[in-house]
Amino acid sequence: MRFGVLKFLCIVLTCLALLACGRGESNVVQGNRDGILHFGNGAEPQGLDPHVVTGIPESLIINALFEGLTVKNPHTLESEPGVAQRWDISDDGLTITFHLNPQAKWSNGDLMTAEDYVWSWWRALNPAMGNQYGYMLYPLKNAEDFATGKIQDFSDVGVKAVDEHTLQVKLNTPTPYFIQLMDHHSTFALHRPTIEKHGKATDRFTPWTRVENIVSNGAFRLKDWQLNRRLSVEKSDTYWDRDRVKLNGIVFYPTENIASEERMFRVEQLHYTQTIPLEKIPVYRAMEDSPYANAPYLGTYYYLLNINEPPLDDVRVRQALSMALDRERLNNTVLHKSNVPAYSITPPGTLGYWPPKVFDHNIEAARKLLAEAGYPDGKGWPGLELTYNTSESHLKIAVALQQMWKDALNIDITLTNQEWKVYLDSVDQMDFQMARRGWIGDYVDPNNFLDLFLCDGGNNSTGFCDPDYDKLIQHQAPQAKSRAERYAIFHQAETRLMEQMPIIPIYTYTSNHLIHPSVQGLPPNLMDYVNFRYIWLDKNQEVVE
Amino acid sequence: MWRFIGSRLLQAIPVLLVVITVTFFLIRVAPGGPFDSEKAVVPEVKAALEAQYRLNLTLFQQYTAYLGDLSHGDLGPSFKYPGRSVNELIAAGFPVTAELALYALLVALVIGVIAGVLASLKPNTAQDYIPMSVAMIGICMPSLLLGPILILVFGVYLDWLPVSGWGDSPGDKVLPAITLGAAYAAYIARLSRAGMLEVMSQDYIRTARAKGLPEWQVVSRHALRGGMIPVVAFLGPAFAGLLSGSFVVETIFQIPGLGRFYVQAAFNRDYTMILGSTVFLATLIVVFNLLSDILAAWMNPRLRNQLRAQ
Repeated sequence: MRFGVLKFLCIVLTCLALLACGRGESNVVQGNRDGILHFGNGAEPQGLDPHVVTGIPESLIINALFEGLTVKNPHTLESEPGVAQRWDISDDGLTITFHLNPQAKWSNGDLMTAEDYVWSWWRALNPAMGNQYGYMLYPLKNAEDFATGKIQDFSDVGVKAVDEHTLQVKLNTPTPYFIQLMDHHSTFALHRPTIEKHGKATDRFTPWTRVENIVSNGAFRLKDWQLNRRLSVEKSDTYWDRDRVKLNGIVFYPTENIASEERMFRVEQLHYTQTIPLEKIPVYRAMEDSPYANAPYLGTYYYLLNINEPPLDDVRVRQALSMALDRERLNNTVLHKSNVPAYSITPPGTLGYWPPKVFDHNIEAARKLLAEAGYPDGKGWPGLELTYNTSESHLKIAVALQQMWKDALNIDITLTNQEWKVYLDSVDQMDFQMARRGWIGDYVDPNNFLDLFLCDGGNNSTGFCDPDYDKLIQHQAPQAKSRAERYAIFHQAETRLMEQMPIIPIYTYTSNHLIHPSVQGLPPNLMDYVNFRYIWLDKNQEVVE
Repeated sequence: MWRFIGSRLLQAIPVLLVVITVTFFLIRVAPGGPFDSEKAVVPEVKAALEAQYRLNLTLFQQYTAYLGDLSHGDLGPSFKYPGRSVNELIAAGFPVTAELALYALLVALVIGVIAGVLASLKPNTAQDYIPMSVAMIGICMPSLLLGPILILVFGVYLDWLPVSGWGDSPGDKVLPAITLGAAYAAYIARLSRAGMLEVMSQDYIRTARAKGLPEWQVVSRHALRGGMIPVVAFLGPAFAGLLSGSFVVETIFQIPGLGRFYVQAAFNRDYTMILGSTVFLATLIVVFNLLSDILAAWMNPRLRNQLRAQ
C-alpha cells in the first residue's frame, strides 16, 4: 500500500511541475520590456469619482487618470504646472488667477475650459454631494457657507471663469497652501457632459466612472477594471504633456494582505509594494542593493489625552506620562528603527518648518512631576485606561509603553482594544481616558496639524481649548508677511500646545516600500507622493535576489 | 418526495425572514457607522450622505423599505463602494468563491475518501494510523498557516506555482484549493473511516464475501454506498461552510471572491453589503442542506422507502 501513496504523491508532484512549465516570465520582466508598471496599491478602490472617494489607494489611481490645476514635483513637493500653465497671485494674496494650458484636453478630445472648473467646484461643494473632502475648497470666498447650505447661490462663491482659459479665484484670507490644494483630487475638474449623461450631477451612485463611460484628463486613461483583481490604465494620447510620459501603462493590484504583497514582490509579480510587514524590515535592510525604501512621512502617531477627566486634568500628570517614555528605545526595538521618535505633533521638516522640542525623555523630572501631582512613586494612582483599535502593531507599542510607565513611574495602565468602528465612536464621543491616534497630513503645511487642536476642531478629541492658541493659528498666522514670520507664529503656538500636553506624540511615520531596482523616477518624499509622469523602467537593472 | 421538498422550501421562508430581521437590527446595535472615519466628517456632509442612503428615516421605515426592495431582488447600493450595488458585488464575487469552494470540495473528497477508506480496511494498523494522524494535523492546521507554507514551498522556493491571483496564470487555482480543502479533507477522512467501519461489519458485507466476490468489489460495489452516507450528509453544510469560510484563503491568495467583501463589509459597517451577503449565503445554506438531505435519502434505502410512502 505504501507504493500507492507514493505513486499518488509522484503524480501530484508531476502535475505541479508540469503546471510550473507554463509560468513563463514574471510580471516585472514583461513589464520592463513593455513599459508597464506593476503597482501594489494596498486596497480595492472604493470608486474613482474624485469628489466622492477619500482613501490613499483611490488617490493614487486618480492621480494617474486625472490632473489638477497644479501637480507636485516628486523631488521637492513644490507645485508645478498641471492643467494651469501658470498662475498669478495678487499682492494682498486674496486673488489668484490660473491660466489654463490651451493644449489641455479631456480623453475624448474635448478642450478643457475654465468653465469646467466652475462647474466642478459647484459639484464638489454641493451639500447634496456629501463630499467628505469638500473642505479642501473652504479657503475660497463663501465656499464654506455654500457647502453648509447657508447660501444657495453659487455665483457668490469666489470662483469665476474670466474667459475660456482664465480662472479667477478669490479667497477669504491669504492662504499660502492654496496652490498645493489644487493637486488634491477633491479640487479636480470633471467632464460635465459625461457625468450628466449618467445621472444627476450630485448623485454618488451613477456609473460614470466605469471603463466604458469615464472621461478623464490625466496622463493615463482607464483600460480595464476587474473588481478586487486589478485595475489597468494606459497612456493617454490626448494628454497635453504626453511626450514626456514614459510609462505605457500601470496595473494597480488591491494588495490588502501585506504578507501576500511581500510574497508577490519576491516572485516579481510587483514592481512596488504599498508597505512591508514590520518583521521583514531587518531582513530586507540587511540586503545588498536593498529594494527597501524608507523615508519620513507627513504623519504623526500619538496618544490623545482626555483632559476633562482625572487624573489627566492635571497638566503635571500629562507631562510626567510623556517624559517617562523612551521613544528612542521603542523605535529601536518594537519598530525595527523604521520610524522617527516624535516630540511634537508637526512632523519635522514640514516644508522647512522645524517644530519645538519642549520636553525630552527624563525619568527624574517625570517622577518629580508625578509626585507634585500627588502620586509619589505611583502611590494613590487611580489607574488609567489606554484605548486602541485592534491591531498587532498598536498592541506591541502599547505593551512596550505600558512597561515603560510601570518601570519609570510605578503606575499601572490598562490596555483596551476595540474594533475599528467602535474605537472611532469612542474617540468621537470622548469616551476614553487615553487613546491611540494617527494623523496624516492632507497638504504640506504645519497648519494642517496645528488646527486639529482649535477649540472647535472636529478632530481635537482631547477637550483642549486655549483661546490664545486659536488666535495664533486663526488670526495671526494668516496675516504673516513671510514664510519665516508665519513659521515663527506656528512655532510659538506649538510650544504652547506641547507645554499643555493634551497629546503624547510617539513617533513620526515613515513610508515603507519595496521597490524593484528597475523603477526609476520614484524618489522618496514627505507625502509619499507618486507622480507617475516621472517614472520609467530601466530594463538593464539586474533582478533582486 | 415532492411534498418533502415543498415543505422544506416553505420552512425556509420564516428562517430567512428571521435571519434578515436579526441581521438588520443587530448590525445597527454595533457602535460606529458607515461614514465614521478617522477624520471628522462635517455634520452637513454627514447629513447629506445619510439622506442618500435613507439613513435619515426611522429604523422601522428603513426596515420596511429594505424588505420592499428585497422583494424585487434589489439588495441596495453599497456604502463602501459608492456607484456599485450589492447585487453587482455579489455577482462579481460569488462565481469566484463558488469555483474555489468546488475545487476545494473536490480536493477534500478525493483525499478524504481515499484516506478514510484505506484506514477503515485495516483498522488499528499503520495503514489506519498514518492517514488518520495526517487527518488530525489537517484539522488542527489553520488555513492561515497552511496557505503561507504552501506558498513558500511551491511558490517562492520551488517557483512552480503562482503565489497569488485567480485565473491570471495557469495553476494559480491549485494552492488555494488545497489550502481551503485540507481541513475538510481531514473531516471527510474521519467520517468515511467511521462510516466504512460500521458498514464493513454488517451482514450483507459478509454475504458478499461469502459469495466469493474479490475484496475490492466488496468495497467498491457494496460497502462504499452505505459507508459514504455520513460523508454525503456532511457535503451540504461543508459546501456552505466553504463558501462562507473562504475569507482567509481569499485574503492570503488575493482572490477576488465574495468572502473578502463579506468580512470587510462587517468591519466597514457596510449595512447593505452585510445584509445582502448574509441573505444570499443563508439562502444558499438552506438550499445545500436540502440537497444533501435529498442525496442522503436517495443513498439510504430505508429513508428512501419512508419518503416514498409519504
